[in-house]
Formats: sequence, C-alpha cells, structure tokens
Amino acid sequence: MGEVNKNLFPVGLIPRSSLSLAVKLRLGCSSGGNTAGQPSHDGCYAKAENWIRWHWCPDQIIPNLCRRSLLFVALLGCGVPAARAQESHLQPASDQRPLSAISAQLPNTPGVLAAGQRLFVSHCSFCHGPNGEGGKGPTLAQPSLPRATDDEALQKIIKSGLPGTEMPSSRLDPEQIKSIAAFVRSLGRRPIEVVPGDATRGAQLYAARGACATCHSLQGHGGAIGPDLGGIGLRRSPAFLRRALVEPGAEVPREFSAWRSDVSLPRNFLFVRAVPKQGEPVAGVRVNEDTFSIQVRDLGGRVHSFFKAELTELHKDWGVSPMPPYGGTFTAAELDDLVAFLVSLRGEK
Amino acid sequence: MKTYLRIFHLVLTLAAGGALRADVPFERIRDSAKEPGNWLTYSGNYGGHRHSPLAQITAANVSTLKPAWVYQCRDSGAKLECSPIVIDGVLYITERPNVVTALDGRTGRPIWNYRRPMPNDVSSCCGPVNRGLAVLGDTLFLATFDCHLVALDLQTGKERWDVVVADYKTGHSITAAPLALKDKIVIGISGGEFGIRGFLDAYEPKTGARAWRFWTIPAPGEPGYETWGDGDAWQRGGAPTWVTGSYDPNLNLLYWGTGNPGPDYNGDNRPGDNLYSCSVVALDPDTGKLRWHFQYTPHDLHDWDSNQTPVLFDANIAGKPRQLLVQANRNGFYYVLDRVTGEFVTGSPYIKQTWASGLDAKGRPILLPGAEPTAEGVLVYPGLTGATNWYAPAFNPTTQLFYVQALEDYAQVFYKLKAEYEPGGNFEGGSTRGVAGQESYATIKALEATTGKLRWEFKLNTSVNCGVMSTAGGLIFGGSREGNFFALDATTGVPLWRFQTGGAINANPISYLVEGKQYIAIAAGTGIFVFAQ
Repeated sequence: MGEVNKNLFPVGLIPRSSLSLAVKLRLGCSSGGNTAGQPSHDGCYAKAENWIRWHWCPDQIIPNLCRRSLLFVALLGCGVPAARAQESHLQPASDQRPLSAISAQLPNTPGVLAAGQRLFVSHCSFCHGPNGEGGKGPTLAQPSLPRATDDEALQKIIKSGLPGTEMPSSRLDPEQIKSIAAFVRSLGRRPIEVVPGDATRGAQLYAARGACATCHSLQGHGGAIGPDLGGIGLRRSPAFLRRALVEPGAEVPREFSAWRSDVSLPRNFLFVRAVPKQGEPVAGVRVNEDTFSIQVRDLGGRVHSFFKAELTELHKDWGVSPMPPYGGTFTAAELDDLVAFLVSLRGEK
Repeated sequence: MKTYLRIFHLVLTLAAGGALRADVPFERIRDSAKEPGNWLTYSGNYGGHRHSPLAQITAANVSTLKPAWVYQCRDSGAKLECSPIVIDGVLYITERPNVVTALDGRTGRPIWNYRRPMPNDVSSCCGPVNRGLAVLGDTLFLATFDCHLVALDLQTGKERWDVVVADYKTGHSITAAPLALKDKIVIGISGGEFGIRGFLDAYEPKTGARAWRFWTIPAPGEPGYETWGDGDAWQRGGAPTWVTGSYDPNLNLLYWGTGNPGPDYNGDNRPGDNLYSCSVVALDPDTGKLRWHFQYTPHDLHDWDSNQTPVLFDANIAGKPRQLLVQANRNGFYYVLDRVTGEFVTGSPYIKQTWASGLDAKGRPILLPGAEPTAEGVLVYPGLTGATNWYAPAFNPTTQLFYVQALEDYAQVFYKLKAEYEPGGNFEGGSTRGVAGQESYATIKALEATTGKLRWEFKLNTSVNCGVMSTAGGLIFGGSREGNFFALDATTGVPLWRFQTGGAINANPISYLVEGKQYIAIAAGTGIFVFAQ
C-alpha cells in the first residue's frame, strides 16, 4: 500500500464530451408531471405565487405589495416558451413545503432559542454535538430530520426517546422540550436572503451551460459524483455557494465522525485513486470504506469495490474537488443567477 | 412405547437427582481453565483475561472459519452489546431491554426467553444496553437497566427473586454484567453523568438480600471525604462502577474500576483529588471493606472513567516475582500495579495524549498546563471517549501480551459550563465537540504486559466499541464499527480472516466448545454471530 499522497489530482477532470451526459433542460414553469412542456398558465401562476410567498416574501416579513411586484416579474418567465422546464425539479423551488408552517407551532424568540440551546448543550450535545453537528448521534443541523417529520414528532421524540436506539426518553417539562425543539429546528436552516441574481436564468444555466446535473442531483435526477443539491439553500449561504462555484476545492465537506459506520456524501467528500494489482487504476469519489474494503464511484458513475489487499496503492486526496471552476465559464452576472437559483432550493426533501 | 416410557422415566429420575441439571458452583468459575469449552463469567476467567485456552482454530487454519449460525433479536433495532455466558453447550445472552435468551450453542435455536418490562423514562448517557449475565449454581443473574437485580432459574428462565439496587429516577442505571463470587453476586452502577453517588453492591445469591455496599465516595467523617471540599459535592460526585471487575481467589480480593467524578467537566465545587473516582479499588469480598486503592486520574475533568477491566497476572519484574494488576486506562496511560498492595510499578502512554508529561514515582500524572476545560474550549488528546473504554482488553498468559482496542489521533474540544443539579437530570458541567477534519481511528495494540511496550498494532478505519479476545490458537479476534469481525495473528497483528456482519460491533467476543468443536461468538448489530470450521 502506497503512502497517502496529498498531491492534487489534475482538476478539470470532467471531459467536455461528458457534457452530453447532462440533462438538457430548459427553464420555466411546468404543471407537475406535464412533460409535454405545455403547462397551463394557471398552474404556473399558482406555483410562481407560492414560490415567491415562501422564498422571497414571507408573510411575516413583506406584505402583499412586494409579493405582487415580484410575482409580476416571475410571471414574465412563465410566458417565455423557450424557458420551460420539462422536469419540475429544475424549477426554482416552487412546490416545496412552506417553512413557516413547520415552525409555526414552535416559539422562536431569541429568549426561547437561547433557553433551548442551554438545555440542548446539557442534555443532547453528548451524542449530537453542541451545535447539532452529530457524533454518536445523528446530525441535527440539517434542514429536515427523517424521524421528526413535523414539530409534534420532534417534541415526542425528545420526550419519549426512540425505542431500539440510543435516544433516551426525558423528564423535561413540555415548555423545556418545546424550547429544545425550537433550537433544533433553528439548526441547519439558513434564513432567507435576498440575492441579486435571477433564479430562473440560474436554473437554465444549471441545466445547460453549467451541466451541473452531470455530477449533482436534484429531486432524484442527475449525477452522483457531487453532493445532492436538494435544499442546498437551507444549508449554504450565497457567499459560500458563489465561492464553491469559482473555487470548488476551497471548502470540501469534511465532517468526519469516528462514530459513523458509513462514510459517504455529502458530509465527507473524499477523492481517491486506487491502483489494483490487476486491472486499471480507478479515480473517483469514496462511496464508503471500512477496515478491509473501499467503494469508489468513478467519474462515469460506475461503482468499483476493492478489498484493500487487492490494491498496490490507495491515495486519499483530501481537500481535492473534481469539480471544474466556473469562474471562466460564467460572467459575474451569470454566477449571480446560478447562486440565486441555488439559494432558492429550500426543499424539505 | 413402553420402552420409550421407561427411558423417559429413567431420565426424569436422573434429572430429579441432579445428575443432568447444569450447576456452576464457584469452584468451576475459579478453575475455568480446566474447562475451556465453557465461558462461565464475563471475562472468561476471574483474572479479566478474555483468553480462550481452545486451540482448534489456529493461525494456520482460521481461513476456513465460516458462519455456523446467526440469532437475530426478535425486537427489531435492539442492538446487542452482550458477552454471552456459555454453559455445557448453551449460550445465555441478554437482549435489550431486560431480555434474557438461552440459545442452543450448536444451532442457535432459542431454548427459553425471559422478558421483563422496563419503564420508558430511565436516564442514561448511552442507551438501554446490557453487557451480560453472571451464573452461580443453578441460577443466572441479570442486572436490569432500571436497576433491579434478578435471579433466574438456569433451566427455565423463570424468575426466582427480583430486588431493587437503586432508584432509576435519580439517574441510576445498570448496564454491566454482575460478577458471581463464592457466595456473593457483585454488581456495579451507572450514572456518572447524572449526579449519583457511586457504589458497588454485593447480594446473597439465594435470597437477594444485600450483603454489603461500598460507597465509592466517602461520607463526612470517613477517610477520603476531605478530597471533595467541605460542601455537598460528595453526595452527587459520580464515581460509578459500570464495568465488571476482576477477582483474585487466592488473595480473596475483588478489584473494580471506578468512573469519573461529577460534574464531569467542572471541578469548581469539588476541590481535591475526589477519591475514589477514576481509581481501582481492592475490596474484601466478604465485607465490602476497602483494602487499598489506586487513583489513576485525580480530580478528573475529562470524563476519563477508570472502569476498564483490571487484568490480573503474575510475572517477574526486575527479577522478582510480582502479583500484578494492569489496566489500559481511558486517560491514555497503561498502568502496572502490585495487586497485593496497590503499589505503582510502572506506567506510560499508549496513545497520543496532551494532558500529562508523564507519571511520577507513585503513578500520579504530572499535569501539563492548558488541558482544563474552559468556557471557550480547550483541545485535548484523548477526547471524551478516551484512549479506550468499556470494551474488553485481552491477555494471553502464555506470551504475556496484553491486547487493547485504542482510539488514535483523537482530540476533542472540552468546554466548561455551569452545572446545576436536578434529580435524574444531566449533571456534566460542560460539553465536548469533535475537531473538524480529524479522522480518528481505532487500532488494536499488542503491548508487553509488564512494560506497556508496543509490539504491534493493527489499524482500523474508524473508532471501535468492540473488545478483543485472545485464543491459545495464536489468534486475536476483534471487530469494527463498520461490522467487520476478524482474526489477527497474535504474534504479528497480520489479519488472517474476516467476515462482514452487516451491523456495528459493540461487544466482546467469546469462544466455546459443543460436541468437541470450537465456536467463536460475537454480538453484531442486532444479532449473535457464531463461527466454526
């Protein structure tokens, strides 16, 4: 087994020919499931309004005036036939669950959140980390929690625990549980920020020129090399996303936990190169690893599995991203559009 | 038909006379080396060795080891941490919560099952796990998560008695296997993160009456009380006894590790060494009186329990025969003590640590500045989980090598917070977090038992909660968080065999014989996996 080599693997790895793999998508509105590309105007209007309400003009922040003016702008896009998506997942998130409905039952005043944080640190952080980043227990700093699908479920889990797991019940009173739940919900959810770009144009760039779907997926469509981007707007700031586009290797997710029995995307991205005793070397993304074996997805999407004893070399290229930098591909305004599209992705799933 | 009936009657008569009833008197456990086909106590023997004298499976033939059977828990999600007891071909395991099952060692088919309801509001740091049973005579002993000690008929699993050890509502719980001595059942307590006052209890095997209680924190007026300041810190100072200890029948001394003082990360209200936290105590098992103690980490501030299994053996040190007790401690140091007197013999770090520059002549750590938790957080090696933890080490008496699963390159940031006690509530006075980008990993280390000197190590991918077992076949069995169960060459550490069980391994391996054939057993995920050739 060779020494772990931290040298950069040549970036810009994705051959231009593989752009053909990209899903060629056009942007616009579609009524759900209408793949003929002829959505009804009403459906488009409703979705646009919905999207604006939840992502640009939340009721509690901006009143109707703002909503209407933005709606007008958005509807301009609905009328452009060329800008019609055939796949609904490439819309600026329009059919997602409203965030405010989730947090409506939970108080979210600074006082409650601070109390929730204090309780969280003393009761929950042993397993979930002081900021919900995970450890022995799962990461809570994420937009949605698979077992706590709504706030009632979350409070019930805190109170009663999860039978068959390490998650214990608690004797905290309902108000304390409520404040912990409010704090947990505040983790991993970025507030909505107004950004300069045009999300609709950004979606088009994502689909066509950026060929982002070659490596990234949205709602189950796209590649598996890079992290899934569903809900990325809840997790990442506009500044982070812009930097990730221009300088992909700047901050590769590396949230390793020694307590995890599976290592995988998106929390721990690792580019590896494996040289087997027989056969061709494989470069790609670590899918999983244990003491004796490693599974690698190559840039074509194929998963290779090796027992380490079958390898002569295994290089772990920490901090390396195979994503090409997009600073030369897009203008500054186009980058704004792409960022606007990405931050609009605030889906629960 | 008549013939069958006659045979049946004969069998019944023999059974009534006791000829066929399983019976495990103290002498059988004491002399466990004489019956290597059984596994009669938590660590395999009283010395804490977790070493099987069986040698059918060897370094030369282990590659042919394959699954013989798997038992899956009937309750889904009930992850196992138990180390089975094996008596005459029957495995006795614990499932969670508070379930005991007897399994045929050849086929894995259940023989009987005992289930005891558990309240759903038991506080614990780490889940309602159970790590095993004790046997004495014809009785099995289970300590429940909600702090009862229960005696079961070995043949049927029917309950004989059930006594309360502690009130679970005040943060007590039990996860350890009891230890059966000549005429006592000894059980430790968990709750070091909940402001309990730790103790070790002994019960009469026939009746369940409590024979003695040793408080691990002295009360006002008792020696050692002065190490807690003069407030009420002693009443909720922790020092739990949550891993099964060891016993020397010749010296008639019981050795038990104690846990962290509480609140874990904030020592402001407990000035002093905080005896007998983070120590090993040697007790007279007849009376529960303290003979000696050795404190590994005075005034601990990092939750480095010293509950790791004490391992007992005799060896020559500087040309002189010594009766020794060794422990690979959670604080990162390996210790060799004289088990007659508690005198420190030698000690050294066995993983990367940054809190002590070494040990002085009496074994007391020489502290480095900057390792105490603060409000802003300080980075310390090892992290909270420590260099090793509850999972068992192993000791090969022939080669005198000591084997331990250790966590390497493992730091955490320790925070100090205000600690407010409420009964049953968490009482830690701080918190910890991991270090971004740090890939800590476990290793199995082979140390020279008398010196702690490293012979070899085998690296694993991530951290591990799996104990190791040594065998006379020249093998070390271990497991991984990712579900690998494997055998290493005991002299070189080279992996010779592996099997992916599909579930994280948080348990200790054992070995036994049925009909002359050697089996290896490990709990993995929600099942018991048993291997043979």
